[in-house]
Amino acid sequence: MGDISVLRLSKSFGSEPGSQVLALDDVSIDIPTGQFLCIIGPSGCGKTTLLHAIAGFERPSKGEARIDGRMISGPGPDRIVIFQEYGLYPWLTVAENVEFGLRAKGLNAARRAEIVRHYVNLVRLDGFEDRYPHEISGGMKQRVSIARALAPEPAVVLMDEPFAALDSLTRDVLQEEILRIWSVTGQTFVLITHNVDEAIFLGDRVMVMTARPGRIKAVIDVDIARPRDPAMRTHDPRFLAIKDELAAHLRDEVALAAA
Amino acid sequence: MTGVGEKAVTDAAGALPTSTAKPTKTALEGWRLGVTPTLAGLRHYALIPILILAWEIGVRTGWIDGAMLPAPSAILNALVDMSEAGLLWRDVWASIVRVTVGFGLAAVVAISLGLAFGVWPRAAAYLNPLIELIRPISVLAWIPLAILWFGLGDKSAWFIIFLGSFFPIFTNTYLGARSVALIHIRVAQSFGAGRMLFVRQVLFPSSLPYIVAGLRVGLGVGWTCVIAAELIAATSGLGYMIQLARTMIETEKVMAGMVVIGVVGFAMNAAMLWLERKLIPWAQPR
Repeated sequence: MGDISVLRLSKSFGSEPGSQVLALDDVSIDIPTGQFLCIIGPSGCGKTTLLHAIAGFERPSKGEARIDGRMISGPGPDRIVIFQEYGLYPWLTVAENVEFGLRAKGLNAARRAEIVRHYVNLVRLDGFEDRYPHEISGGMKQRVSIARALAPEPAVVLMDEPFAALDSLTRDVLQEEILRIWSVTGQTFVLITHNVDEAIFLGDRVMVMTARPGRIKAVIDVDIARPRDPAMRTHDPRFLAIKDELAAHLRDEVALAAA
Repeated sequence: MTGVGEKAVTDAAGALPTSTAKPTKTALEGWRLGVTPTLAGLRHYALIPILILAWEIGVRTGWIDGAMLPAPSAILNALVDMSEAGLLWRDVWASIVRVTVGFGLAAVVAISLGLAFGVWPRAAAYLNPLIELIRPISVLAWIPLAILWFGLGDKSAWFIIFLGSFFPIFTNTYLGARSVALIHIRVAQSFGAGRMLFVRQVLFPSSLPYIVAGLRVGLGVGWTCVIAAELIAATSGLGYMIQLARTMIETEKVMAGMVVIGVVGFAMNAAMLWLERKLIPWAQPR
C-alpha cells in the first residue's frame, strides 16, 4: 500500500484562457511503496502544486495522480501532509493535536490514548503532552506535526519543506529522526526541499524540477547504503558526486528562474 | 521601564486583553510589576471625581439649575433612599434577569446559526441577504410589534433584547467561521475529519475569539435594549423605574437609575473581558 503514480499531470492556474499560468507541465513519476522520494527545484517550480495534487488539494488540469491504482480526487487519510508552517491547532494540546487524526478515524478513547502515547514517544515529546503549541519551540512543533501525521498510519507521508523554518541544528536532528521513523514504518515518503544535502541524505531518489513551468529535469538514484551517517555529507565521495550533479542541474534552473 | 509600564496600564484598565509581564527576577520587582499597573490604571479614572466635584460646586453656586440637572449629592441621596427601601434592588434584579434570558437565547441561536453558515456556505449565500436586510432596522422600531405579539411584560422585553443581542453575536460568529485558516481546513480534510469533529475541534475553537468579542458587544447592546423595552413595555426594571420617576418629576431618581445602568453595564463589560482571557488561552502573547 502507498504506491503513487503520477501520469502526464499538468496544472494551470487562473480562470481566463489568456491569463493562465502553467505551473506543472506533463509530469509523470511512479513512487513505489516504501520509497523515499525527494523533490528539489527553484522557487515557483510547482513542487508544492505537485505535492498538493497527490494530497488531493488541487485537481489536475490534465493527466492524473493515482494511489494503489485508484484515482486521487480529493484529500484522504491515506495521504497525510506535513506542512512547513506545521498547521497545528493552537487550541489543542500536543496530545490532542496528535489525537486528531485518530478521532477522525473513529477509534475509541482507550485505543487513541495508546497510539498517542506511542507516537509522542517516537518523536521524543514525552512530558510535553499537555503543552499548547505556543508554549513549545519550532522544532518541537514540527515533531508534533510529524507525530500527528504518522499516528493514523497513512500509506503515504507528504512533506512540504518541513524543516525550512528551523535552525540548522534542529534541522539536522529532525532529518535523522525522520529517517529513523521511515526505516521503521516502511511508508512511502515524499519530501519537498530546496536543500541539496537534505535531498541526498534522505532520499532513495531525488527528482529535480525545472523553473516555471515545472517539468521533470532529472531523476537521480541515490545509491548510498543505509543507514546513512550524517558525517557522509562532508566525507562520502559518492555523496559529493551526486551533490555536484544535482547542483549543476539546479544552477541552470535557478539562473533561468531568476532571468 | 516606562514602555513596560504603559503597556501594563492599558491592561489594568481593560482596554487591551494582553499581559506583558516579563519573567520576574526578584520578589521586589515582582511586587512592583503587580502593584504599579494597578495604581497607574487607577490614574486613568482621575477625571471622574474631578468632574463630579465641579458638577456639585456648579449646582451649589447656582451655575447649574438643580431642577434640570440634580447635584451628585442629591443623586447619591436618592440612591441611598431607594436602596434602603429595597425597590432599587428589585428593579436591578428584574432588568438583569431579562437581559440574561434575552441575551442567552440570542447567544445560542446566533452562535449556532453563524457556525452553520460556515459549514453550509451555499445555504448561507441565500439566507445572509435576509439577515442583512433585517439587521439595520432599529430595535426600537420592533417595540410596537413586540407589544402586539407578546403584550406588555417579560416576553416583549426578551424579544427586544434577543433582537438587539443577536446581530452582533451572529455577525461576529459568521465572520469567525469564514476566517478559519486554510491550513487548518486542509489538515482536517487530509485526516478525513467528519463534520462533527470539524465543528467541535476546528470551526468552533477557531471562531471562538470572534464569538467572544460578539458576545461582549451583544451583551452591551442587550443591556441598552432592556432599558428601552422597560421604558415602554414593562412594569418593573430600571427602565420602568426611571420612566415612573420622570412622571413624578423626581429627576434625581431618574439620574440615580441612569447611574446604576451605567455601573451595571460597565461591570458586565469587565466580566466579559475577563471571560475573554479565560476562554482563549492560546491567543495570549507568546
